[in-house]
Amino acid sequence: MINFPILSSIILLPSIGAFFIFFVKANKSKYQSNKYVALFISLANFLLSLYLWYIFDKTSTDFQFVENREWIPGLINYKVGVDGISILFIILTTFITPLCVISVNSTIENRLKDFLIAILLMETLMIGVFCSLDLIIFYLFFEGGLIPMFLIIGIWGGQRRVYSAFKFFLYTLLGSVLMLIAIISIYWMTGTTDVEKLYEIGLETKYQNLLWLAFFSSFAVKTPMWPVHTWLPDAHVEAPTAGSVLLAAILLKMAGYGFIRFSLGLFPSASDYFIPLIFLLSLIAIIYTSLVALMQEDMKKLIAYSSVAHMGFVTLGIFTMTQQGISGSIFQMISHGLVSAALFFSVGVIYERMHTRLINHYGGIVSVMPKYSIVLMIFVLGAIGLPGTSGFIGEFLILLSAFQKSFLVAAIASFGVILAAAYMLWLYKRVIFGKLINENLKNILDLKKSEIIILWSLAIPIIFFGFYPDPLISTTEVSINNLLKIYNSNLEVNLTNSSYE
Amino acid sequence: MNNLNLIFPEIFISLSLMTLLILGVFKKNSAALVYNLSIVTLLILLALIFNLTSANESYLFNQSYKIDALSTFMKMLTVGSGILVMFSSSKYLKFIKIFKIEYPILILSAILGMMVMISSNDLIVFYLGLEIQAMSLYVLTSFNRENIFSTESGIKFFVLSALSSGLLLYGCSLIYGFSGTTNFNLISENNLFEAKYGITFGIVFILVGLSFKISAVPFHMWAPDVYQGSPTSVTLFFAILPKIAALAVFIRFLYVPFVNLIDQWQPIIIFLSIASMVFGSVAAIGQKNLKRLAAYSSIGHMGYALAGLAVGTNTGIQSSIVYITIYAVMNVALFSCLLMMRRNEYYYENIEDLSGLSKNHPILSFSLLIILFSLAGIPPLAGFFAKFYIFLAVIEKSMYWLAIIGLLSTVVAAFYYLRIIKVIYFDQLKEKYDTNHQIGLKVTLLISTIFILLYFIYPSVLTNIVLGINII
Repeated sequence: MINFPILSSIILLPSIGAFFIFFVKANKSKYQSNKYVALFISLANFLLSLYLWYIFDKTSTDFQFVENREWIPGLINYKVGVDGISILFIILTTFITPLCVISVNSTIENRLKDFLIAILLMETLMIGVFCSLDLIIFYLFFEGGLIPMFLIIGIWGGQRRVYSAFKFFLYTLLGSVLMLIAIISIYWMTGTTDVEKLYEIGLETKYQNLLWLAFFSSFAVKTPMWPVHTWLPDAHVEAPTAGSVLLAAILLKMAGYGFIRFSLGLFPSASDYFIPLIFLLSLIAIIYTSLVALMQEDMKKLIAYSSVAHMGFVTLGIFTMTQQGISGSIFQMISHGLVSAALFFSVGVIYERMHTRLINHYGGIVSVMPKYSIVLMIFVLGAIGLPGTSGFIGEFLILLSAFQKSFLVAAIASFGVILAAAYMLWLYKRVIFGKLINENLKNILDLKKSEIIILWSLAIPIIFFGFYPDPLISTTEVSINNLLKIYNSNLEVNLTNSSYE
Repeated sequence: MNNLNLIFPEIFISLSLMTLLILGVFKKNSAALVYNLSIVTLLILLALIFNLTSANESYLFNQSYKIDALSTFMKMLTVGSGILVMFSSSKYLKFIKIFKIEYPILILSAILGMMVMISSNDLIVFYLGLEIQAMSLYVLTSFNRENIFSTESGIKFFVLSALSSGLLLYGCSLIYGFSGTTNFNLISENNLFEAKYGITFGIVFILVGLSFKISAVPFHMWAPDVYQGSPTSVTLFFAILPKIAALAVFIRFLYVPFVNLIDQWQPIIIFLSIASMVFGSVAAIGQKNLKRLAAYSSIGHMGYALAGLAVGTNTGIQSSIVYITIYAVMNVALFSCLLMMRRNEYYYENIEDLSGLSKNHPILSFSLLIILFSLAGIPPLAGFFAKFYIFLAVIEKSMYWLAIIGLLSTVVAAFYYLRIIKVIYFDQLKEKYDTNHQIGLKVTLLISTIFILLYFIYPSVLTNIVLGINII
């Protein structure tokens, strides 16, 4: 069992499924069976990744299940491996994907087959991002994800889908090409793109700032940080439900993961140098986008802006450079992955019935959709970060570590929590409570079986991790400590070097 | 006698070319026969050249003709793409009624000219090859003589090409005058560490002539008109083969006689490269005709290939060769798709004619999707690796600005490729196209698309071959 390439299997399994679906003839009657194939594959992958978590050694600081093969001789090795930081994101990905597959039932009417292929390919690429331990392999997966996502938004999206798809693609590509230059420069400076080796070698201080900025340009667009967040509301609003879910739950996490793995690990002195910049941008994101969210008429847009605000907490937490902060950020990302996915699914549920996302078209749903109102309450509370939901733990840890760094920053960020409560509760109030004015709403059906499965399978972990966060925290603990050790030792070397100069 | 083995491919193609011409003239209605025989000729030719891959680096005819890893590889690439062009276009030629014996013969003679160019190690031999090639291309461009655009593009190409040949010859004469020889090896032996004005001028003139052949900005003016006006199969030929040959000459010319003068020519190549990359990507945005767009996109792609040459290292040269190879495959694939856009005996070539293609022709549009993303350089498709090698070489020499401008223009270029994908996948459905294509066309498209799609699994297949090419 030791030599079994489990990580590569997890990465490749979805694409094998996609390949299989591609070659099955597209009869009308076979559409359903395609869906079952996709569901089976993605569930199998989820189980496989749970097994990975089970056999994962939480006490080890090394990367585990490492596979290292020569790919382009003398240049790039195909190297994948996981540590406590990345394994959670892999499980998040494999968990969300089957839910997306279940949800396509009614939202995607035409070209179901193509959609399933796109989602499965997306899964491969997303897992690849979190596994890769070589910068170029990382870049390949990171960029490759643009193709299926572009198609998901563009083919199955709403009215302004073309504009949004282009904006998404070009923004992300523009950010990433600079990262490619930085990666190649690192290769020529050190002779390797292997992340583990780079942690050991460390990069010279004088280049770090530029390299950091190049990586930052890519991650900032993907996170998204203010002021390059504008693609996100467009992409979210126009994408189909499953697309929005993948975007919010997983794609945004790639950047947060990238900050932790690459910015902190590879460029410690630059990360240290740019802390004020990150804090400033994070605070603007938290406050400004929360205010913008308050004013939204469109539910999806509101959630999209709240995502920007939540990701602001994540970047804030990462750059406190403390055990608690990073741990909180990872927790917040996982939690936001669950909550935002759940919120987008919930919006999808009523959008499918009413074909409108505008808040003022709803109201008083509680009397016709009681089951729906209960789950939505859980998700809204999760988004606010109420104690007892997973949202609380992350934000609490982040704010705790922010207070250690700077009182002012933490105080402003806490203000964001209040704003979050304001816009989420107001949203809930306007949609669920009030008088049932809209005539069409009276005939609206409550949750179907498939929707109950999706929503409750998201609600349970949100509550579970709110009360018992230990499985997540303990998984990440050793790896974060190790990362901080590398960070601090490299930082010290860099500082002494620069003082000699 | 041993030496003759080395140019046996050239002798073979010349002889079969003449035989086929005689056959075509004396036997009536032999167009199909000649066409098929010339495909066979090219296949044999490919085998003959392949046979030479193990040959050592050697010279012929007083060092004026060189057989080495570069020439064998580039010849194989030329002949290989020539075969694919021939494979994919016979039905097209029949439909637009230019299926005549001269067509395959002209293609063969153009290929002969290119082979001479690729192997040339002497300015005169090089010019000879260039003219054989150019003469055939003039006729091919205007081959559809009843079509006004085709004849127009023929004239345009002829006039401008003649002008550039004149400049090139002038450059040759300057170099001859200041160095006393036309042979590349002798020029480099004639102590040229100090630049003389005459030599520099000579280099500039020759570079102008060569840039014209690969349509690098600012000598690109002919390309869009000629691409649009020529018959599509000729455009395909144009987009690939002359560029491969010209790139080989570029490499040989810059790195054998004038490698010591790198300070003199490097800025010129960098300028050509940047101008082509930027112009190629910006100017393509407004295009409506796919062939015209292909012209601008190939201008941009040549910019990247030149960026590899500008570096001045073996890695740079190798990256350019990898680039042109992948470029050739991508263009074969793209034009095969164009040749499939036929409805009621009429070939469509505007972007909007692709509208909603994905519903009627899922496989064709999937191939186009892959090809276009690859042209845009999105990983993990072959086009990304092509660019990756180029930038790897460019950044090795710390030419960051070249890399940044190049990568930023890929983002601009991505826009117009995406626009085509948008038309195919997001727009309204139109009528179906015919599906009864010849097998050769389908096979060509299949092979090239699979190459592009699965290149990432084993990328060293190409790099390993190219690593054997060491010029400096």
